[in-house]
Amino acid sequence: MTLLSVSGLHVGFGRDPKAGEVVRGVSFDLAAGQTLAIVGESGSGKSVTALSLNRLVDFGGGTITEGSIRLTRADGDVLEVTQADEAAMTRVRGAEIGMIFQEPMTSLNPVLTVGAQMEEAFRLHRGLAGAAARAAAKDALDRVRIPDVARRLGDYPHQLSGGMLQRVMIASVLACNPRLLIADEPTTALDVTVQAQIMALLGELKQETGMAMIFITHDIGLVAGIADRVMVMQDGRAVEQGALAEVLDHPQHDYTRHLLHAVPHFANGRAARQDGPRAGGAAAAPVLTVQDLVVRFPVKRRMFARAKGEIHAVERVSFDLVPGETLGIVGESGSGKSTAARAILGLVRSRGTLALPGADTRAGASQRPVQMVFQNPYASLNPRLTVESLLAEPVIATGHGIDDAVRARMAQLLARVDLPTNCLGRYPHEFSGGQRQRLCIARALMLNPSVVVLDEAVSALDVSVQARVLELLVDLQREFGLAYLFISHDMAVVERIAHRIAVVHAGQIVEIGDAAAVLSAPRHSYTRRLISAVPNIDRRHVRFTLDTSTVGSLLRPPGYEPPMADWVQVGPDHRARAEDTA
Amino acid sequence: MNLLTRRLATFPLVLIGVSSLVFFAIRLVPGDAITAMLGTEAGLLTDAQRAALQAYFGLDKPWIVQYGHWFWGLLRGDMGISVTYGKPVLTVILQRFPLTLELALLSMVIALLIGVPAGVFAATRNERAADLAVRIGAMIGQSTPSFVFGLLIIYVLSAGFGVLPVMGTFTPIWQDPLANLGQLILPAITLGAAFAASVTRIARSAMLDVLGEDYVRTARSRGAPARTVIWRHALPNALIPVVTLSGIEFGYLLGGAVIVEQIFALPGLGRMVLDAILQRDYALVQGAVLFVAFNFMIVNLLVDLAYFWLDPRIRAGGQ
Repeated sequence: MTLLSVSGLHVGFGRDPKAGEVVRGVSFDLAAGQTLAIVGESGSGKSVTALSLNRLVDFGGGTITEGSIRLTRADGDVLEVTQADEAAMTRVRGAEIGMIFQEPMTSLNPVLTVGAQMEEAFRLHRGLAGAAARAAAKDALDRVRIPDVARRLGDYPHQLSGGMLQRVMIASVLACNPRLLIADEPTTALDVTVQAQIMALLGELKQETGMAMIFITHDIGLVAGIADRVMVMQDGRAVEQGALAEVLDHPQHDYTRHLLHAVPHFANGRAARQDGPRAGGAAAAPVLTVQDLVVRFPVKRRMFARAKGEIHAVERVSFDLVPGETLGIVGESGSGKSTAARAILGLVRSRGTLALPGADTRAGASQRPVQMVFQNPYASLNPRLTVESLLAEPVIATGHGIDDAVRARMAQLLARVDLPTNCLGRYPHEFSGGQRQRLCIARALMLNPSVVVLDEAVSALDVSVQARVLELLVDLQREFGLAYLFISHDMAVVERIAHRIAVVHAGQIVEIGDAAAVLSAPRHSYTRRLISAVPNIDRRHVRFTLDTSTVGSLLRPPGYEPPMADWVQVGPDHRARAEDTA
Repeated sequence: MNLLTRRLATFPLVLIGVSSLVFFAIRLVPGDAITAMLGTEAGLLTDAQRAALQAYFGLDKPWIVQYGHWFWGLLRGDMGISVTYGKPVLTVILQRFPLTLELALLSMVIALLIGVPAGVFAATRNERAADLAVRIGAMIGQSTPSFVFGLLIIYVLSAGFGVLPVMGTFTPIWQDPLANLGQLILPAITLGAAFAASVTRIARSAMLDVLGEDYVRTARSRGAPARTVIWRHALPNALIPVVTLSGIEFGYLLGGAVIVEQIFALPGLGRMVLDAILQRDYALVQGAVLFVAFNFMIVNLLVDLAYFWLDPRIRAGGQ
């Protein structure tokens, strides 16, 4: 039975929706109980398509200009969504079409308790009130395996983690047993291990309830585990659609092939780089040595009071980096990986030894041998400065003037990162995300650093852009002998660029060593968990198991020193922290 | 509550700062109290008489000594004697304050009752004719001086309906609430109109921001009807800037509304302070400014408590 039939859908924005068209003729059918994955990069129109299905697009300034969306309702009637009035749509939303969104942190109302928001669904569609609504909300949270439900109902959204909130979202959507669930990038803002939990949960609930699902994602690897059918979108058009195996194994359209090619395939270390400077045995002297780096943030009860404890954000982190080498630092949000990077640049107060020997031996090397590239290329370039001023900034900051040599270097670096040399007078908003990140890279290289810290430098970019920036980084490394500290949550990206990998968990390195070794034979249980959570086209039939463990608090009493860790030497260049076997 | 005690602890510091600033600032104004008090007759005083009067009011001592004297009195709850009224400063202020407080409260109620719904209404009809109308209205309300608006009201009422607002004597609310309201409603509308215009504008822009938030989309996706989305999900999140603005405006109103008091011949705090400055009634000016500063701090505290009540995240941050 066809649940939803979309044909020739056109959606536009602005005063003249025909001119501002974002979706240009999308058609698909969805049977009851089926899962359709819509895959595409940012701007492909996939989210707008989804928001059109329950006409939420109206509130974002969008207009459906053409086409039809026919929804078969529970009573067998067919509703033409494009023509329905707002009252009819209000009855459909939530009751028949549920929706979950990308950012669980902002998708729940911050001033209402979780319980109040859960109960709303029951009040609106089932007419429950008071204690009955509360009981129903409690049951719903139980269904999504939230521990300690009674207490959670009284919590406000800011008191829950992202993964928890997404489960609350799912619970409140499932409350009314919708026949269609639209999931718009539901795991994009979450850590991989949490993503695996949510995906497992969605899979289980789909089986339990038999609802149909539209799963929107930019990550074609994620689709593999959950979809029956796949639709690939580009520039507002569905360029290819078909059964899952058909599309993944025999892509017909160039763009699908391109996406499949660009998406980093996680290959358990088989794709790791082999051109590391340590490969030959005798490596050059390290360009950066970090010994027992510790960063702690005091937690104060109130003004003037003594600290009641300290957050051990980074705990005895040690590693070294030789020229031409990339160390990938992998960990989830809150693991302390970015804090460690900031400490190395002296941006946060830290303890431990940081040695940057050999920084001055190369000709033309600057006195500031560490530079950084940040995650968000939209926020890390001052919108009021021209490209020339942006590139001049680090030079001025180190007390030098702008002379012909500096201008020559600007031109050379811009050419090197494939930006036109004549763009010096332009402003950041004139560039795309990928171009801006190239600009950030050029800026970092202005001072000829020996070490570049890349903090999630490609995470905000679409996969195809990501691939090109990674290639550029590898080329630059070979050319200038740069050492990279590449911080990322994404195992597949790290596999492509890192020679060595350090896995960070709860502020500590739990495993470090040669990339291929760490990824192919992980020793520490956390590394294994992280690796098994990476979505993968090649492992599409592996079912995720539901794992609800969370990271404990990093808050310790003042003056607490954790015991020294024992390390297990796993291979020639591969060490892991010993675990309690108890 | 923790925040309350912490806030109250800062009160004395602020008051000391304000009091010293006022004390010395008013003495920088040219002219002296004796001349101001006696007017042209001051010219008839002999030097000895003038000196005797100055000594009587303690004006012959160095400023720093005067300040110490005044501050010491302040600590004992004595703000001195007003030279114009011949009564203790606090008594004079407290006589005038009920009217000012009532007027301020009434204006704020009018402003919120008009401004919040108008702002919400405009936001939900963003860029449509109704929104434009509200915005133009708010712009006019904000840019019309209160004396124009006040005189206009009086003119329309008297010329059109033959009604004149009661002027001259003021009836306190505890004597005759209806007569009191009759006297205050027109000045309150005059003050409330501009206040409402600001509230409308800020409520509209805050609502517009909030209506674009993810959680509003979530509420809609859940099938919540428009009024639930607006009043239950969006408005509480949009109230913080409204509260901030209302607090500031209310604080100013507690200092008196000189022009409106003048037009409607109301014996409020504003006119009293103006007169006191013109008369070089140092003690009264100092006392009044201190009183207004104190009111402002109380209002700020109430605003902070309102934030607490409105936003659980602020609640968590303060604990």
